[in-house]
Amino acid sequence: MTVITGMPDVPRAARRPQIGNPVLRWLRANLFSSIPNGILTLVLLAVLAKGVIGFAQWGIANAVLLTPANDSAACKAVRGLGACWAIIPEKYRFILFGTYPFDEQWRPALSVVLFIALFYLSTRRALWRRELGFIWIGALALISVLMWGGVFGLSFVSQDRWGGLPVTLILATFGLAFGFPLGILVALGRRSKLPAIRSLSVLYVELIRGVPLVSLLFMASVMFPLFMPAGFNIDKLLRAQIAIILFAGAYLAEVIRGGLQAVPRGQYEAADALGLSYWRKHRLVVLPQAIRHVIPPLVNTFIAFFKDTSLVLIIGIFDLLTTAKTAIIDPAWQQFSVEVYIFVAAIYFAFCFAMSRYSRSLEATSRR
Amino acid sequence: MTSDVRRPPRRSFFGALGPNELKGLFWQVLVVGIAVAVVLFLWSNTVTNLSARRITTGFAFLGREAGMPIADSLLTYNPRDTYLWAFVVGVANTLRVAVIGIVLATILGTLIGISRLSANWLLSRLAAVYVEVLRDIPLLLQLLFWYVLMQALPAARAAWRPVEGVFLSNRGLILPAIPVGSPQLRVLGTAVLGCAAFFVIRRWLVAQQMRDGKPRPAWPFALGLIVVLPAAVSLLFGVPWKIEWPELRGFNFVGGLTLAPEYFALLIALVTYTSAFIAEIVRSGIQSVPRGQWDAASALGLRRSFMLRQIILPQALRVIVPPMTSQYLNLTKNSSLAVAIGYQDVVSIANTTLNQTGQAIEAISLIMAVFLTISLGISFFMNWYNARIALAER
Repeated sequence: MTVITGMPDVPRAARRPQIGNPVLRWLRANLFSSIPNGILTLVLLAVLAKGVIGFAQWGIANAVLLTPANDSAACKAVRGLGACWAIIPEKYRFILFGTYPFDEQWRPALSVVLFIALFYLSTRRALWRRELGFIWIGALALISVLMWGGVFGLSFVSQDRWGGLPVTLILATFGLAFGFPLGILVALGRRSKLPAIRSLSVLYVELIRGVPLVSLLFMASVMFPLFMPAGFNIDKLLRAQIAIILFAGAYLAEVIRGGLQAVPRGQYEAADALGLSYWRKHRLVVLPQAIRHVIPPLVNTFIAFFKDTSLVLIIGIFDLLTTAKTAIIDPAWQQFSVEVYIFVAAIYFAFCFAMSRYSRSLEATSRR
Repeated sequence: MTSDVRRPPRRSFFGALGPNELKGLFWQVLVVGIAVAVVLFLWSNTVTNLSARRITTGFAFLGREAGMPIADSLLTYNPRDTYLWAFVVGVANTLRVAVIGIVLATILGTLIGISRLSANWLLSRLAAVYVEVLRDIPLLLQLLFWYVLMQALPAARAAWRPVEGVFLSNRGLILPAIPVGSPQLRVLGTAVLGCAAFFVIRRWLVAQQMRDGKPRPAWPFALGLIVVLPAAVSLLFGVPWKIEWPELRGFNFVGGLTLAPEYFALLIALVTYTSAFIAEIVRSGIQSVPRGQWDAASALGLRRSFMLRQIILPQALRVIVPPMTSQYLNLTKNSSLAVAIGYQDVVSIANTTLNQTGQAIEAISLIMAVFLTISLGISFFMNWYNARIALAER
């Protein structure tokens, strides 16, 4: 039996002679293939070196890593020359958890861990079964118990004391958990043959997508109380959450609609031929295929949406970005906001980068 | 056994309506009924709440004196003007960020998208890092970051001068400018008319070439209409084209064009953030053109610029234009984040109005109306452009 090697079907002679040091060969092919290319490489290297050295001087060599508690004198001494990373150990508990009671902060910390575990489990393809739904419900219930308390000997912590990373994760996760089914309904509505339902769905999607999220958040924070009967007051966080769900629903609906359009007509017809009802047809035949088609754009929508939750800063909800901005109001540390923003940017980056990597790996596996 | 295979459909009680139509009607009545009920519920609550708080509805407040200061505006404004004019100033400020942002983001994004495809490993890696970092950090965080950096810049006296005549300080970016008055506008107007005339002539030339296959050069017309004609007008009227160099007098700059720190920070944040997305769109667009098209064009011995313009770009644009439209819309909508750093765009002015007058519903509906109009305008234009370049099949 012949062994099939991985060699492509190219005549050997057509390849470049493989002589010389492999490192030099790589350099020549990728960096110095022509004279303009070589000049470009040198210029880029110079700029890069200047940038890296400058950043290393500011961020490492001249930086202050630790100071005595509440004392920013050492930082002020190097201001302009070096970074003040000391503000991070000083403020990280506030940035991560806001004004949550200090001694109870293990609870939001555990909630964050639970969230991350939940996301991780949801990325496992082997777990994409009905049980995952129960895991989600269970984990979200557990997180609610941890955050609110009031049972199992945990002290009660009201919503207005929540802050930081857990709030960002709550806004994003609940936005998705409710926005996703809403998006499916609206996407189905937009493709429905019934004109009234179709126009309502179109109106909803275009209205939400045509205006900035900021205006929806203003609406939630300023107009919502006007819409409700007197004496009916719901929490600010919940109001923002509703605005975010409505926003996510409209964007996810468009992605899912794309998936629905990609399902071949024959699949619909086959389901009809089996005599399946509208809902069973979509639940059992159409939607599983439609959603599989659009998983990469769905993940991209999730990323955009995760970042957009930071806009609640504008209506004064204490998410991660707001706590960061608040942490640097402290007069002693006011001048070191760049360091805090870098720290928070790294947290956002870690979440979004993990998601985008995941989306790319999914694309790679689905292409095969 | 054979007779009832083709029985005519049973006539239902509702005449022509079959069971399916009936079901559809039921669902529509149900959904519309719920929607109407919700709207009526919210409406009646709102009316009750407004009367309880003694807020009069309507847009009458727009005629009142606004009294709010607007630091940085394109149109002339003073606090004695009406709310209506303040809104107009806000819209102009929004458009100023959005239009310039779209142009700059397109240029920067295209450059970075092409860099990602470069044969130079270092360049393509750097472009990839740029895209990845900027895409994965919230825009609002980047905006605050740039704003903090702007504020940390040296004072006007110690301003940075990267190039002679350009100052970067905590007062913003100050550039040399040519003051534009009516004589200059006349010349610019001539140039615009020249462009329009050139496009008409070019169409005619292309139509001629389509008929007899003879190429006709268009550049003499371009030169004549867009360069020579405005230059002649300028000389004829003796229009002064004097560059105004900014200079430091006392504690501030005089002359030149000033981009306030808020505007500059917003512009940088929007342009860099959006350019990362545009770069990916451009890259995927170029990659979507099959390699065979490049090979075929080179086999025909076409010049590289001709090949790009006539063969590669028209095909890439079909993939690029629709997602680009959404990016332009996103940039415009994202300009509303201005409210976080105090650049007075329409959202920020509406927010101040809301706080001063309590007219929440009117202020927010004005924001929404403005953005819906801009969004529809952009999608209308891009759809028209898209239809023009789309693949004509059958």
